[in-house]
Amino acid sequence: MEILSLLLNGFAVAFEPLNLFLIVLGCTVGLFIGAMPGLGSVNGVAILLPMTFLVPPTGAIIFLGAIYYGAMYGGAISSIMLGIPGASTAVATTFDGRPMALKGDADKALVAAATASFVGGSVGVILFTLFAPPLAEVALTFGAPEIFALMLMAFATFVGLGGDDIPKTLFSICIGLVFGAVGLDIISGEPRLIFGDIPGFFHGINFLVLAIGIYGIAEMLWTIEVSQGDVMISQATLNIKRIKATLRELLGTWKTMLMGSFLGYFVGILPAAGATPGSLMAYGVAKTIAKDPSSFGKGNINGVVAPETANNAASTGAMLPMLTLGIPGSPTTAILLGGMVIWGLEPGPLVFTNHPDFVWGFIASLYVANLFSLLINVAFIPSFIWVLRLPFTILAPIIFVLCIVGGFVPTLDMHDVWLMLIFGVVGYLMRKLDYPMAPAVLAIVLGPLAEPALRQSLLMSGGSFSIFFTRPFAGVIIVIALILILLPLLKIIYDKKKKPTPAG
Amino acid sequence: MRMAELVMGLVMGVFSLYLMWKSAELPIGWIAGEGPGGGAWPFWLAVGMLMSCIAIVIRWAKRITPESRSEAPFMDSRTIEMFALNTGALVGMVGLFHIIGAYGAIPAFLIFYLRFMGRHSWRLTGIFAVATPVFMFLFFEIALQKTLPKGFTEPLFLPIFDFFY
Amino acid sequence: MRNFGTKVLSLGLTLGLGLGFTAVTVDSAKAWEPKKPVEFVVMAGKGGGADKAVRFIQNIITKNKLASKPFTPVNKPGGSGAEALVHVKDAKDPDHTLMFTLNSFYTTPMLQPKIKVDFSKFTPVGRMAEDTFLLWVNKDSGIKNVDQFVKAAKAAGNKWIMAGTGKNSEDNILTDFLNKAYGLNMKYVPYKGGGRVAKELAGNNANSTVNNPSEQLGFYQAGKTVPIGAFTAKRLPLFKDAPTFKELGKDFVYLMQRSVVGAPGMSKDASEYYQGLFKKIFDSAEWQGYFKKNSLQGEFLTGDALMAYWKRENAVQMGMLKTMGVLK
Repeated sequence: MEILSLLLNGFAVAFEPLNLFLIVLGCTVGLFIGAMPGLGSVNGVAILLPMTFLVPPTGAIIFLGAIYYGAMYGGAISSIMLGIPGASTAVATTFDGRPMALKGDADKALVAAATASFVGGSVGVILFTLFAPPLAEVALTFGAPEIFALMLMAFATFVGLGGDDIPKTLFSICIGLVFGAVGLDIISGEPRLIFGDIPGFFHGINFLVLAIGIYGIAEMLWTIEVSQGDVMISQATLNIKRIKATLRELLGTWKTMLMGSFLGYFVGILPAAGATPGSLMAYGVAKTIAKDPSSFGKGNINGVVAPETANNAASTGAMLPMLTLGIPGSPTTAILLGGMVIWGLEPGPLVFTNHPDFVWGFIASLYVANLFSLLINVAFIPSFIWVLRLPFTILAPIIFVLCIVGGFVPTLDMHDVWLMLIFGVVGYLMRKLDYPMAPAVLAIVLGPLAEPALRQSLLMSGGSFSIFFTRPFAGVIIVIALILILLPLLKIIYDKKKKPTPAG
Repeated sequence: MRMAELVMGLVMGVFSLYLMWKSAELPIGWIAGEGPGGGAWPFWLAVGMLMSCIAIVIRWAKRITPESRSEAPFMDSRTIEMFALNTGALVGMVGLFHIIGAYGAIPAFLIFYLRFMGRHSWRLTGIFAVATPVFMFLFFEIALQKTLPKGFTEPLFLPIFDFFY
Repeated sequence: MRNFGTKVLSLGLTLGLGLGFTAVTVDSAKAWEPKKPVEFVVMAGKGGGADKAVRFIQNIITKNKLASKPFTPVNKPGGSGAEALVHVKDAKDPDHTLMFTLNSFYTTPMLQPKIKVDFSKFTPVGRMAEDTFLLWVNKDSGIKNVDQFVKAAKAAGNKWIMAGTGKNSEDNILTDFLNKAYGLNMKYVPYKGGGRVAKELAGNNANSTVNNPSEQLGFYQAGKTVPIGAFTAKRLPLFKDAPTFKELGKDFVYLMQRSVVGAPGMSKDASEYYQGLFKKIFDSAEWQGYFKKNSLQGEFLTGDALMAYWKRENAVQMGMLKTMGVLK
């Protein structure tokens, strides 16, 4: 039980008073950064990097790890309360979290998200402790064909996500993918779709710009229209009895939790994938295996639990390639990696042997940070609920201001704010005509991952698609993805054949 | 509603054509031994958009979707008023970001919204109009070191920076 | 929280305004100092080599209290740096806008004449380092030197995969050189970022790469990859077994500049201030340590010497892109 003793040593490091203080501080700061629309864990970690120079390296990485965890918890808060995903990892949480809040179950959704995050994070960190080195080897062999296969699978799990209107759903997916292609085509090195030669398009259309435009501005305009300007967003309350009932209900979701944790973790360890595809796939799978798939999107608690377990498990998973390969699995871990280099720690295959105190202290602090994030999050739920009970005419302008500032801060470019406003207004008009918007937001996240992977694979094979089937990992994933895509199509054809007989 | 459905389908169809034309600045065909060219991905997806739009218009003509049957107005006068007020206020705020900066535009927007649209008391309006930018400044500029636009109010902030750093 | 904030700010305003007025009167006598946070634009995305260097510099400034105002990194990776170049070219406040540049400082304006950027209009602040390039292969391939590499790559023809960081990038220029010099037909597959490229080699999804030392160091130390040739004038102390291409009879040296550039139109006082500041950073123990560990080279250049270096390098890069056939 060498691992256990190393881990115990790690806990001794994590429980040093300074480190414990840093964990609590990091979780709290992270929670608020994550809850702010537009600011996610990437921004939190990047911005606070220089501040960590005041403490020793182990303390510094523990602090950043705690911010990362806190922000992952916090992302769910704006998804549920405002319906605006604070970061791409929390998109899937809005699908059911938002309807729950609108039904007056905001407290339930928040407690569910916090608990699910805790379970996901815990499963992730346990898997991390037990299997880090062998999994790192697997992650290393994953190349472009495997990543493309994985993206195809992420899409496949989402076939059923759109509305009933198939042309409108297809339109939404396609426009999201096209917008995802704006900026630079890395394969040919040429700028692409620079509308009107405006330099702001060089950096592409940031996912957040579309997401805040659609989920923030368009959604607010929609709410204002429906409510005619004078209602509260939600009549949420919070008391011990309701928490107890929620926890009982959560016990019933253990299958979803386990599925989300494992799926999220394994997608998370793959370089370049990160937590977003993991959480989306977990949502899709939860919907597919559910007894009542039609209740998803209308406030099913499983729809909150699945993505939240997955994104926290994935963010732990993403640390694995960072520590053992020196390859970041997500933008946030890229910054953490930079931090480690600054402090003179070399992440890479030798980190476990060269810096055991550091690595195990860090891993142990993840256990502790996970627990504290849960406690801090739950402690703040009453104040979040209080905010929701403010009159709508106060809440609406504050949300608008947060959206505008949130659209500006990631790139510090007014171009993005104007673009967001346009997306918001057009998105609102399209929403009125029943165009589903979620597929576009997913497409803009997954497209820029899928397209280069597809073309890199084809370059490797000299233009032959056989590369997706001859490599074992890619082959298996692609076959599963194709089955998932074809199943609903077959079902449609089957249903059509059955149609002449007037069946229920 | 019926009219709006058609107009949206047509406008988006034209937009798809524009995207196809723009994508075609890069090769959209298959390059032997390399796979698709740089413009192929957006081009063929824009074709997908166009096809969807055509389908939407056909379904409109056949009155298949609920929107294409609805004779209710797309927006009633009250909705148009709310929409115009809100969008106008937002555009105004973002426009003012360029001129008087975030710390002038945000209070202006809040005063307009809280006092004139929400009909809240001056006291409450005042508290929010002052507290929000102050909080934003402390959070973004001091804690996170992210600079918001200031327009011509910039010189007013120099002494504040001197105080904090 | 809000109430507390209000108190702090009202205090700040009164004190700040008071100080401000006194400051204005003595300002002219004192040396130039930044008056607000300095925008430090990075021509690359978060987490890349350039970004790491900028955050490292930011830390040196914060830790040693070298400047009175913070330096805030702003990533503008769009269009191979085109976005960053345009942004800094049009900077509204040139005295508070700096940029950390790579070789794309010259190559991007050549490849994208539409953006109308002339590098010689920018203000030279300081060359912080020159990064080096090596030719890497996976250890499993059994290749130990350039001869074996050439033989294997020739045999594989266009099935030999060279991973790099984007079309027409530094890596592409080096690949083209190898193809021409040894009569090879390697296939160049672009990825986003040098770290990813290094991983593709270690995971056997590419046959060779031309990474910077910092990108491959971890895999090298773990015995997964080996350098077999160096694109430098002299052998690198960290990789003594990798001969330079000069030793192998090909007169080819290629380095990546890492320079700090000021916006066009920066005032003389400001540029002198930044030149002095970055000299201090260059001489700091931290930067020198970073230098050694990442196998960087080159001395500090500033002012006219830096501009002359840019002009020389610009001509060299243009020649290379012309021989590649990318530029006419």
